[in-house]
Amino acid sequence: MSVGIVSYGAYIPRYRIKLEDIAKVWGDDAEILKAGLMVFEKSFPDVDEDTATMAVEAARSAVNRAGLDAQRIGAVYTGSESHPYAVKPTSTIVAEAVGATPVLTAADFEFACKAGTAAIQACMGLVSSGMIDLGLAIGADVAQGAPGDALEYTAAAGGVAYVIGNKESELAAIIEDTYSFTTDTPDFWRREGMPYPEHGGRFTGEPGYFKHVTNAAKGLMEKIGTKPDDYDFAVFHQPNGKFPSRAASMLGFSKEQIKPGLVVPRLGNTYSGSCMMGIAATLDQAKPGDRIFATAFGSGAGGDAFSITVTDRIEEIRNNAPKVEELLANPIYADYAKYARHKGKIKLA
Amino acid sequence: MSVPRFWRKQIARYNLVGTYCKACNEYFYPPRNLCPTCRREGEIGEFKFNGNGELVTYTVIHAAAEGFEGQTPYVLGIVQLEEGPRLTSQIVGDPKEMHIGLKVRPVFRRLGQSGERGMIYYGTKFVPA
Amino acid sequence: MREVAIIGVKNTLFGEQWDRSFRDLVVEAGVGAVEDAGVAGEKIDSMFVGNMSGGQFVEQEHIGALIADYSGLAKNLHVPSTRVEAACASGGLALRQAICAVASGMDDIVIAAGVEKMTDVPASKASSALAAAADREWEGIMGATFPGLYAMIARMHMHRYGTTSEQLAEVAVKNHFNGQFNPIAQYKNKITVETVLNSIMVADPLRIFDCSPITDGASAVILAPADIAHEYTDTPIYVKGTGQASDTIALHDRRDITTLEASVVAGRRAYEMAGLGPKDIDLVEVHDCFTIAEICAIEDLGFAKKGEGGKVTQQGETAIGGRIPVNTSGGLKACGHPVGATGIKQAVEIAQQLRGEAGKRQVDGAEIGMTHNVGGSGATAVVHIFSRNR
Repeated sequence: MSVGIVSYGAYIPRYRIKLEDIAKVWGDDAEILKAGLMVFEKSFPDVDEDTATMAVEAARSAVNRAGLDAQRIGAVYTGSESHPYAVKPTSTIVAEAVGATPVLTAADFEFACKAGTAAIQACMGLVSSGMIDLGLAIGADVAQGAPGDALEYTAAAGGVAYVIGNKESELAAIIEDTYSFTTDTPDFWRREGMPYPEHGGRFTGEPGYFKHVTNAAKGLMEKIGTKPDDYDFAVFHQPNGKFPSRAASMLGFSKEQIKPGLVVPRLGNTYSGSCMMGIAATLDQAKPGDRIFATAFGSGAGGDAFSITVTDRIEEIRNNAPKVEELLANPIYADYAKYARHKGKIKLA
Repeated sequence: MSVPRFWRKQIARYNLVGTYCKACNEYFYPPRNLCPTCRREGEIGEFKFNGNGELVTYTVIHAAAEGFEGQTPYVLGIVQLEEGPRLTSQIVGDPKEMHIGLKVRPVFRRLGQSGERGMIYYGTKFVPA
Repeated sequence: MREVAIIGVKNTLFGEQWDRSFRDLVVEAGVGAVEDAGVAGEKIDSMFVGNMSGGQFVEQEHIGALIADYSGLAKNLHVPSTRVEAACASGGLALRQAICAVASGMDDIVIAAGVEKMTDVPASKASSALAAAADREWEGIMGATFPGLYAMIARMHMHRYGTTSEQLAEVAVKNHFNGQFNPIAQYKNKITVETVLNSIMVADPLRIFDCSPITDGASAVILAPADIAHEYTDTPIYVKGTGQASDTIALHDRRDITTLEASVVAGRRAYEMAGLGPKDIDLVEVHDCFTIAEICAIEDLGFAKKGEGGKVTQQGETAIGGRIPVNTSGGLKACGHPVGATGIKQAVEIAQQLRGEAGKRQVDGAEIGMTHNVGGSGATAVVHIFSRNR
């Protein structure tokens, strides 16, 4: 019995700030930063947008794309590290706003940038076991980065939602298998009550990102007997443009394979939305039969790898909701002052 | 606004759920439990609006209402939904884009909050379609 | 039903009165009106007080009793005192209730007063209190303000009828001009169209000079049966008509955004009761909480064709000496708008005009005058017609 993606939806706020405009504030060299990060601009929310509103927009887009009856959704899990409430679920807001309430289970997930893919895995289990008909897994963040910190150049806003099911005729993509690699590695964290995360600088690289991404990816390929050449596309967590490119080459994936899903240069890092946005951008252009390899990374740390095959159904649903490319188009560029105001960095009395 | 007062109409705000009178076929959003035309002869049912509508009139507010200081300038408008009823909402977008007759569609946004420690109120606003 | 007359009137100064309290203001107005009528406290049968939001402005409810007490009408005389609330139309409704009490034969001498003390809270709190006159659950929660609601009326009026910002400004210019001749007016400075058009934007297209101010003030009138009015005054002013009407609380539910149907209907009811029409009216105090509101009011009350309110204002027809002088007191714009008092102040102005006591702002030969008081964005309207002839 197959399990997979019944539908998907993405949401990106219209506001963008160019790296130059952030660098200007801190006296940094934008050209060096852009070359180093391979990120040129990043999204940020409107004054009245947050993780919950973006999760709702993405979830509604997913439900509409496949014309689903939201009452079939038996689980809503929202992964984020910027839930509007410390206690009180984002997922209940989403469930109510898509019309899935009241007969369902819901919870919020947090595993740094891979909480959304953890939610996908949980939904796969519930669907496969027959406990629920459809599961809604969301990754969304108004990514946090302290003013002046390196993260501020990439921390972006966006949300992505996947509807997971197991009715063969409904699947737009089959998830053949998933594999996770998890250790206790404190490369990045945010303490309770603190507004911005802390990170281990270069410690986030080798012992964090690369170790967990490559082990998860290799583990999955070994488990199901595939190799990079078997895939048409690959997506890796995108904290910047460099890391996923290097992970791809370490694993033997080509630049062409990761290109459609590499949205970070124009979007920034949407944390829990990052890898999922890359998968969505890839689904937006994949053909039936195409295979997608994806690995999300969450600091703390873990990697979730997925092997996905696109079905004929993708053609029927693809155009019924905005594509990632459309969401990236027509940005509203703004300066640091507006960015700071929208992100709540300017405190009103 | 207090938590129970908001929560009571939460689904109406999230999902544009209003009412309609089966007797005279008039639609109501915000929801009404008594038809002003048929009164006791009316028969009220629930109705979910798709939210497509048109801007009837609008203003750009520079002197904010209490609690909205962080949003100025913001566009406030009256939207007429396809089924007929009119409602007041913020219209998200560049004030220069606004004009009477503008086609709009709904979006899910924060309406406000009870201070930094209080509840966050979510609901429907509109954007140019 | 008995005919009713005004036998005494009084306004306090209108403005920011930092040294005077809520009760100071209303006692001054009440006592002043009683003195004007020359009536003994023992004669007073009842009292109606218009007050929008004592609870929010001075954290005081139970306004009726408080005022009776501090007016010396409670401890020994135990005069019944009733607070009346209809947002900015509270004063007009208090007057109407007082008229009903006399007309019914239940009471003979009745005080109708209005009061608002608005500057004991910061301006942001005052605006928030005023916003409670709109639909809090479906307008206020979206960030609506009163200037915002009237700005939406203005935008529609401009779109449909070609009304201009200059025409709106002319309302403020005229009312400021009149205000300089009114000793109680908050603003006595002459302004120009440029003053208005260069002032800061509040809610596009309304600027700060399109808006009435926040004001402290109180007003009172004394009513008596027409048959005995001459026992108290040589110049009783007779109530010829009263009309009140309700409309939807929210602006968005109105049939026509540019028409305050409550004004139209309240006006019609008052005209019918008086057996008069717009042409019979010599002057009118209308509810110009915003410049657009005066334009709508003169249309809705029949002094201008729908859509031509701006034009007739620009042509000077509503100035003192014009076809139909509007807001000789300076209106809410220049005289000030202590919300609960406004409806009573309008009656005081008309009474003074009909008595021929309006000084430099006197409308020559004024015999019949009208008041028009609105609550919220038009959910309540109350219109009165007065005559110096019985």
